[in-house]
Amino acid sequence: MAEAKNSGATRRDLFKLAGGLAAAGATVVITVRPARSTPTEMQAAIAKVAGNARIQPGRVKLELPPLVENGNTVACSVSVESPMTSADHCKAIHIFNEHNPQPNVISVYLGPRAGRASISTRIRLSDTQKVVAIGEMNDGSFWSDTVEVIVTLGACLEEVRI
Amino acid sequence: MTRALINVPSRARRGEIIAIKTLISHVMETGFRYTTAGERISRDIIHGFVATYNGEEIFRAELFPALSANPFITFHTVATESGTIEFRWTGDNGYAATESAKITVE
Repeated sequence: MAEAKNSGATRRDLFKLAGGLAAAGATVVITVRPARSTPTEMQAAIAKVAGNARIQPGRVKLELPPLVENGNTVACSVSVESPMTSADHCKAIHIFNEHNPQPNVISVYLGPRAGRASISTRIRLSDTQKVVAIGEMNDGSFWSDTVEVIVTLGACLEEVRI
Repeated sequence: MTRALINVPSRARRGEIIAIKTLISHVMETGFRYTTAGERISRDIIHGFVATYNGEEIFRAELFPALSANPFITFHTVATESGTIEFRWTGDNGYAATESAKITVE
């Protein structure tokens, strides 16, 4: 994808390399680092909001279509089970992804005035991947839900003619 | 030219939880795309959104390039009193847009 353009490797170079290695009788895996984040980067981004707190599964419901035909707009909604009173409410909802160029998608901040901790939006997904929603409660606990999404046509692939 | 669509019920009962839908036209250029000439297209996104109800903040969002073009966000709030709900979007290159909706609470 995007960063492959900067690497300066041409088709000819790859043929030379492949030819050379075939001659040496070696098997090789050629990796080109793509412009995408990794599950580790997602974990780092999650750690930035949650710190050392334990993130428990449950209370959060992340809804995404299981099969996405166009990654440019994917309907996405998150709701968190919470009474939304001033003593017990959901403070924030964060959405993360594994393989887009950046792990963050959106962070929203709410309070007891929201009445219901539920949002929906439209997101971009570059590839088949896991999407994670995290709900942050005012008592400092974190809850999460993970959804695996299959994307047939990813976002950010097209070049722009200008 | 900014175009924003807001959906707020014009009337609500006191204490009722209402849904607010917002949509604003914006390219949300990610900064990860290239032209056919190989030049990187610089990032141009909306990165902040705030909703206030009679001046008090009720909802805030931090947006990243992974949000689709023409950001669409829906959320909820409790109808507390009659007044104005204001929406403000801020973005790269000094982008700022505001929109407001009136609500009557009875």
